[in-house]
Amino acid sequence: MKRRDVMKGAALAATLAMSAGAAVAQDAEKKIIGVSIPSATHGFMGGLNWHAQDTIKRLSETYPNLEFVLATAGESAKQVNDIEDMMATRNIDGLVVLPFESEPLTAPVKAVKDAGKFVTVVDRGLSEEGIEDLYVAGDNTAFGRVAGDYFKANLQSGDKIVVLRGIPTTLDNERVDAFQKALEGSGVEILDMQHGNWNRDDAFTVMQDFLSKYPEIDAVWAADDDMAIGVMEAISAANRNDEMWVIGGAGMKEIVKRIMEGDKQLPVNVTYPPALISSAIEMTALHFVSKAPVTGRFIIGSQLITPENAEQFYFPDSPF
Amino acid sequence: MKRPNLHMLGPVVALVALVALGAFLNPSFLAPANIANVLARSAFIGLIAVGMTFVITSGGLDLSVGSMAAFLAGLAILAMNAALPALGPNLVTIILGIAVALVGGLAAGYLNGALVTKARIEPFIVTLGTMGIFRSLVTWLADGGTLSLQSGLRTLYRPVYYGGIGWITWPIITFAVVAIIGEWMMRHSRFGRHVEAIGSNERVARYSAIDVNRVKLMTYVFLGLLVGLAVVLYVPRLGSASGSTGVLWELEAIAAVIIGGTALKGGTGRVWGTVVGVLILSLIDNILNLADLVSPYLNGAIQGVIIVLAVVLQREKSAAEER
Repeated sequence: MKRRDVMKGAALAATLAMSAGAAVAQDAEKKIIGVSIPSATHGFMGGLNWHAQDTIKRLSETYPNLEFVLATAGESAKQVNDIEDMMATRNIDGLVVLPFESEPLTAPVKAVKDAGKFVTVVDRGLSEEGIEDLYVAGDNTAFGRVAGDYFKANLQSGDKIVVLRGIPTTLDNERVDAFQKALEGSGVEILDMQHGNWNRDDAFTVMQDFLSKYPEIDAVWAADDDMAIGVMEAISAANRNDEMWVIGGAGMKEIVKRIMEGDKQLPVNVTYPPALISSAIEMTALHFVSKAPVTGRFIIGSQLITPENAEQFYFPDSPF
Repeated sequence: MKRPNLHMLGPVVALVALVALGAFLNPSFLAPANIANVLARSAFIGLIAVGMTFVITSGGLDLSVGSMAAFLAGLAILAMNAALPALGPNLVTIILGIAVALVGGLAAGYLNGALVTKARIEPFIVTLGTMGIFRSLVTWLADGGTLSLQSGLRTLYRPVYYGGIGWITWPIITFAVVAIIGEWMMRHSRFGRHVEAIGSNERVARYSAIDVNRVKLMTYVFLGLLVGLAVVLYVPRLGSASGSTGVLWELEAIAAVIIGGTALKGGTGRVWGTVVGVLILSLIDNILNLADLVSPYLNGAIQGVIIVLAVVLQREKSAAEER
């Protein structure tokens, strides 16, 4: 080998070593945030997944030193595995988790916290207090109350309504209890409540049966926009569109659009935004890139979507 | 002439009892509108269950039908929406969607059947696998949300579910026709006899020069086609498909087949029994909604009890039949 080639090689090696050193220095600055959410099996979760991906994409561009790991799980056991994998193979610095179920996720998330990581819990709380640094959630009580207040204000004493409930869970109970409490003293009669499981087909079936059973219904609380769509289809098949209006919930884009257009049958909607995952991821990112304090509880209010303000709740690109 | 026995009568007695109970609890139960609703919503599971009767009778099983229905509905909606700019909102576009659902059903059924007969994998495993595949595909196609049929097409397509002759809507007519054809095939066609022969003893069937693989493959293809047909009727109902479409349909279809007196281990198939089983399942739902009998939390338990009872009634006579 000629001497100048040796020199060249040495120079090359030195350059490589320096750039590698620089890369290592940069890596030391790099923070990894794990995001673990339920998979997109229902409209609301589909929207939540879309907002999560959208936010991660935007934040990765804004903050080059942040890296995100996103995992979606169809059941609790898989979600626990996801979180363990994030700890073992990616050595995450922070975790944003929407627990599939509270009980089974409590211990694994506590283990992440005990390892000294920043933990953000979204929407469904853990079963033990004080584990998370940051808690971001929608307000289930307000979700039921805001809807109940609207029914109270817009119906007369003696008017009759039916209610479609979600999947039997404590979350559903909180909403329905708050709804009933808000209606107290109004004289509005709740004829019936059945579980439509936050599902269009089930809601369609249950509403068909309500329509057979009750000759007089003045309004329906469908409590979810997927269910509202099934309910309205059943009403229109029975040719009773003019008799009753329907309030869904969560702000599905098709529904928000119809409110914007002033649909008589869908006067308003109550938000429970799937974009709450964005708030959680953004605030967690802030913890790593700024000095702003982000610990504590952040409860996103449930707002009434009316034809006047509907535009600001309309996300045409979201799948939900 | 064969004497009717308890085994045969069990499901029919259960059905009659349910109808009487419904009429007793709520006068609107027997109103034509309610009957039409119940029959029409039974049609999806009903069509699938008729196909499932053949698969189970031949000793097979298909767990993928619910996911397959969701996937086919998604495909049909995508196809119609995609064809809309070129073809416009007319009958041709609708027929294209129908063709996509039916051909897709044939292909999906062929896939299941080929994996069972050619790759020689257990039907339980094959269809457990395709169940996950179809479910994921529809979630992926819908981007986690809901695929909705364009509203102009909806209006045009809607009568396929809601229209009909008087209150007897097209889903009811389709279900009745398919049930009659299915019953005839099972009882009187060579295919039906071969299906039963394979289910009761595959080796003997093979020695009797029955093309076992071909017949088994055909049962899955037939089921796939009927899933496609169910989708043709399902899409105009709500005009949408999502990851939660058709969840647990496979179990409802299998339950209907078993309630109707078809043996889960194969060998004996009874299409008319399956029809009775489907009606029993949807009547339970309807009656529980019409009457506030129990806490809605317990609806599933009531259904479970009735399913088990219907099968117990059959066991009685099966024991008597033992040769």
